[in-house]
Amino acid sequence: MLKFDHVSKVYKGGKKAVNDLTLEFEKGEFICFIGPSGCGKTTTMKMINRLIEPTEGSIYINGENIMDKDPVQLRREIGYVIQQIGLLPHMNIQENISLVLKLLKWPEEKRRARALELLDLVDLTPDYLEKFPHELSGGQQQRIGVLRALAADQPLILMDEPFGALDPITRDSLQEEFKKLQKKLNKTIVFVTHDMDEALKLADRIVIMRDGQLVQCDTPDEILRNPADEFVEEFIGKDRLVQARPNIQTVEQIMNPKPITVTGERFLTEAIQIMKEKRVDSLLVVNEFNVLQGYIDVELIDQKRKKATKVSDIVEPVTTVEAGTLVRDTIRSILKKGMKYVPVVDHQQRLIGIVTRANLVDIVYDSIWGEDEITA
Amino acid sequence: MESLIQFFSQYGSEMLVKTWEHLYISLIAVGLGILIAVPLGVALTRVPKVADFVMGLLGIIQTVPSFAILAFFIPLLGVGKVPAIVALFFYAVLPILRNTYTGVNGVKKSLLEAGRGMGMTGWEQVRYVEIPLAIPVIMAGIRLTTVYLIGWATLASYIGAGGLGDYIFSGMSLYQTEFILAGAIPVTLLALLTDLLLGKVENWVTPTGLKKLKEAA
Ligand SMILES: Nc1ncnc2c1ncn2[C@@H]1O[C@H](COP(=O)(O)OP(=O)(O)O)[C@@H](O)[C@H]1O
Ligand SMILES: [Mg+2]
Repeated sequence: MLKFDHVSKVYKGGKKAVNDLTLEFEKGEFICFIGPSGCGKTTTMKMINRLIEPTEGSIYINGENIMDKDPVQLRREIGYVIQQIGLLPHMNIQENISLVLKLLKWPEEKRRARALELLDLVDLTPDYLEKFPHELSGGQQQRIGVLRALAADQPLILMDEPFGALDPITRDSLQEEFKKLQKKLNKTIVFVTHDMDEALKLADRIVIMRDGQLVQCDTPDEILRNPADEFVEEFIGKDRLVQARPNIQTVEQIMNPKPITVTGERFLTEAIQIMKEKRVDSLLVVNEFNVLQGYIDVELIDQKRKKATKVSDIVEPVTTVEAGTLVRDTIRSILKKGMKYVPVVDHQQRLIGIVTRANLVDIVYDSIWGEDEITA
Repeated sequence: MESLIQFFSQYGSEMLVKTWEHLYISLIAVGLGILIAVPLGVALTRVPKVADFVMGLLGIIQTVPSFAILAFFIPLLGVGKVPAIVALFFYAVLPILRNTYTGVNGVKKSLLEAGRGMGMTGWEQVRYVEIPLAIPVIMAGIRLTTVYLIGWATLASYIGAGGLGDYIFSGMSLYQTEFILAGAIPVTLLALLTDLLLGKVENWVTPTGLKKLKEAA
């Protein structure tokens, strides 16, 4: 869908920012460009929508040379998200989201309907349409920045360090949301970042650049397992290589497959009995089909025992991971969110296991021990 | 009091005519000034090197007294309303051009890049991004210029343009205070009223988002 054919860019003054880049991407791929500052990521990205014109070589989108297209037309067919967000402060959120649609001369009601539909994708309520950018938090503003790039249903989206200016917690949740959104909408994404964690988390393929040159282009796993050279190794960082020990990959491999559960219609007294017997302070609640409903723990029982009698009266929702999730992503959520455990479910929300902090200790122990062995 | 009533009954209707004359000389000059200076100001932001030169030049021209500019046009265009309007127009262009340039140049580069990246044409960038964001600065320039011009238009009567300046000049040469006042008071009121009115216009053309942003800051 997107192809670079021996593309180079030499700026006025002779600076060679991109040097003979040849790459090809499929439709629906999430591509991260990564490398140290000044290595030519932004230049590469801006050549795709002709904000910068290549000095040599050609770029093709769906087989068509972009130099044969009108640049304005080309840009309207490509979403564009920048680090500075760039919402127009004098326009309300609806006008900001539907700006491209206005350029495309959509009628007002259709623009409004589309803006509403998009707002729903990021779980913002319709009253946000009437707000102005400065009334939103940084994270919310960039959600709108992303929606603006999706408005005309552009098949290709360019993003230049879109989450780079956000605080770590907001960044984390936007990354997760955006990855889900991308899977759902099946867009081709070109995403520039200098944050390896971000690239590993989001990308289907990572393009590593240095001094305008391509160093390695591979899936995150392949890059972790077989870094092309010392530069890549250093860039990834030793600790991540350790985390990526090839024998441990998905959560199923480390989870405890027999979590202690209770069903909703049991009485709280029974639940306490189970906890006592199994020596745990928290139980996962499932229905008769083993579909996860949430959790209860001693604190909840203690707080609510006066009013509640059954487990279903006090059950609370719980964050889960799906089977197939990579261990390194799970580690990250457990540690960052300070959770004691994460239930593992299949795609129908059926409980199949649990990853606890104790499981993680084993891995960390393994990797420390493993690293010793490598250096020895 | 007696003399005031007498003055009004004798010159009242003439005063209205002169006030009107005064106002339209000023407004035509400002109107033409806006028509030329706003597009020129936007255009200058596209050629930074030329802009530096022009802005420097304008700075120098602006130090020339308005009276000198008026005098300068007499040999070129003779006397009457037209040369007066031309001279005032010149004086209007300078501050409006300066403010338009400053306002448009002050629009954040990231907003322009977002616009261009989204596929705005040059005109759409001006229309949807630059002008709305620069409008408070441009309007401030227009407002100030108009008020000044109403003052300067008094001098225009010196080259035969009419207006309230007639009273002031004849009052001064005849040592008749009531004539001087009959010119000066309406000019002052005119300037104040225009400022008030343009303040309303400014509020009306400034996008709601920018007003809220300013309140929040
Ligand atoms: N407009 C420009 N003119 C000259 N040199 C530039 C210009 N833009 C970027 N460069 C140079 O090109 C190189 C690559 O820049 P860039 O693509 O922005 O890098 P990155 O996004 O990876 O940090 C840098 O050395 C930068 O200084
Ligand atoms: Mg960059």
